[in-house]
Amino acid sequence: MRSILAIATAALIGLAQAAWADTEITFYYPIAVGGPLTKVIDGYAAEFEKANPGVKVKPIYAGNYDDARIKALAALKAGQPAQISVLFSIDIYELIEQDVIIPWDDVATSAADKAWIKSFYPALMMNGTYKGKAYGIPFQRSTIVMYWNKDAFKEAGLDPEKAPANWTEMTQMAQKLVKKDASGNVSRWGVMVPSTGYAYWMFQAFARQNGQDLMNRDGNKTNYAHPDVIAALQYWRDLGAKHKVMPEGTVEWGTLRQAFTEGKTAMMWHTTGNLTAVKGSAKFPFGVAMLPASKQRGSPTGGGNFYLFKKTTPEERKAALAFVQFMTAPERAADWSMATGYVGISPAAYDTPKLKAYAAEFPPAVVARDQFQYATPELSTFQTGRVRKLLDDAIQASLTGQKQPADALKAAQTEADKLLKSYR
Amino acid sequence: MRNVYGWLLLTPAAILLIGFTHYPAVATLFDSFFSTGTVVRPSRFVGLANYALLADDPIFWQVLRNNLAFAAGTIPTSIALALLMAIWVNDKLPARALVRMSYFTPTILPMVAVANLWLFFYTPQIGLIDKVAAVFGVPSHNWLGDPDTVMACLAVMTVWKEAGFFMIFYLAALQSLSPELEEAAKIEGASRWYYFRRVTFPLLMPTTLFVLVNATINSFKLVDHLFILTKGGPDNASNLLLYYIYQVAFSFFETSYASTLTVVLLAMLAAMAIVQFQLIEKRVHYR
Repeated sequence: MRSILAIATAALIGLAQAAWADTEITFYYPIAVGGPLTKVIDGYAAEFEKANPGVKVKPIYAGNYDDARIKALAALKAGQPAQISVLFSIDIYELIEQDVIIPWDDVATSAADKAWIKSFYPALMMNGTYKGKAYGIPFQRSTIVMYWNKDAFKEAGLDPEKAPANWTEMTQMAQKLVKKDASGNVSRWGVMVPSTGYAYWMFQAFARQNGQDLMNRDGNKTNYAHPDVIAALQYWRDLGAKHKVMPEGTVEWGTLRQAFTEGKTAMMWHTTGNLTAVKGSAKFPFGVAMLPASKQRGSPTGGGNFYLFKKTTPEERKAALAFVQFMTAPERAADWSMATGYVGISPAAYDTPKLKAYAAEFPPAVVARDQFQYATPELSTFQTGRVRKLLDDAIQASLTGQKQPADALKAAQTEADKLLKSYR
Repeated sequence: MRNVYGWLLLTPAAILLIGFTHYPAVATLFDSFFSTGTVVRPSRFVGLANYALLADDPIFWQVLRNNLAFAAGTIPTSIALALLMAIWVNDKLPARALVRMSYFTPTILPMVAVANLWLFFYTPQIGLIDKVAAVFGVPSHNWLGDPDTVMACLAVMTVWKEAGFFMIFYLAALQSLSPELEEAAKIEGASRWYYFRRVTFPLLMPTTLFVLVNATINSFKLVDHLFILTKGGPDNASNLLLYYIYQVAFSFFETSYASTLTVVLLAMLAAMAIVQFQLIEKRVHYR
């Protein structure tokens, strides 16, 4: 009996010592696009462990963005270790309000570290910065682009290599692209913009193109009722209701890719995250272009950032910094971008030989990068869930013809003001 | 001593029931009287303020109306269909096992898988429904994107999913009916319809009550398909109470208000169950 106890004690001490010798980094991450990506992440973690003996990395796949946030916050509340997480870039205000994250500037203090924070595209830092400090380091980031079917363009007598550059062109080209069968039913639409699930995100592109952002940088004021914003929603509604180039009602996000690859719409607006999937399933030549302009071009960014949790020891913070720097290094960012269709997060990533070679062979891969100069941060405010849903509901009510765009957006703005008043 | 033994036998079940059913229910009721706490603003007692908020919340009333419409659309249809199918496969017909199995198949599929299938049935133009309709020259319709049709689409799918499950209960009940009754009816010269109306259906009342209670509860608790099909849209046209609770709790992070909504849902379900058991039970048993 005594000997068993001794062995058990020795084993426990051994375990404890092993734990002390190592720093362990646990991180939660979501996956929102297709493909065997958990394997890719596990591979990166193993590679990092090999290069940094003494640091253990434990990646935990946590479902979609909502699930990942819920799980990470629940783990923190329950006292489970979690030092960093990849969470939705727009969760920043929520995480700040819960007081669970600290800015990366607090740990990235050397000159090299500071240069690292500056190494990303400014467009991707907009959703991660609060009061001048970087809370989110970009990782799996996307943006909206236009896909077009070159065969359909040819058939309609349009230049198959030229996508519409502005709203007027898009309407005119879409009208030519609509195809009807003998009984007058539409067999191919001109353009489709999805309006379920991420309606607010798509609408940000319209609003930005019409010269407006939908919220301020402090996340405490929305701009839903500006006349140019209303005009943007009117244009989106008119595509279906007036010009008849898009189906009336809402367009489903989840099935739009199939509608495009089956040739049921000649153009679509969709996330770059779908690029690899469209490439795999389209049986016709297709092009990818920047979204068209009204007063200017514009598209919001989206996706997930690395956050650093507050409840961490100095050693853990150091190890976490090293790991995130490893994950965002140009080589890895290039690799990740090719595996997923997410954008390369830094100019240096696009300068790597492998991403250069990939872009030469498949030019659509760099359209998202070129569009960054017109990018706007994804809609994110305090009380972000409710404020976002107000906009989603207003958009859907307009697209389905239940409300006029002006009435819907003005009502949403009034409600948003009520929610955000106490944060000003 | 005998009591101790009894209690010991009861303990495992009691712990599970208390831990996962009764404690959460009481805690939810408790939470509904407090505000949602953040680090900056800790939770405090607000009395009935959350309930006042609820009374003023137009989306709450809309999802409640939606839910009642959904219940009215799914419960009677799925019960009637289940009964019809059960009587049909209770008869001697060729390949009976195959027919029974195919009626039951939708039940064994996970709701999320079913929703993903139906998403493509309902998709305009490339969906199954529009493809079939196109053969007859019917124009394409945006089934899930139109607030007037979205709820009916969800109801049809739910009936398809549920009827087979309820059929099993009816089938079991039908097989426990004594064949002598049918013989007696035949000798008396009763028509099939008369026999069904005066003998079979009344004898099936306990099963109908059971199925009715389950169907009612399901119409309030089954929301998995919303995650895939519509996310409650367009503009809350297909939002149901439980899905709204999910949105409030995990998307808006207003746990107190979500608790308040949950209390209302629980109260409604409890009231319905009591009414169903009290009122209908009096007439359930055949005498």
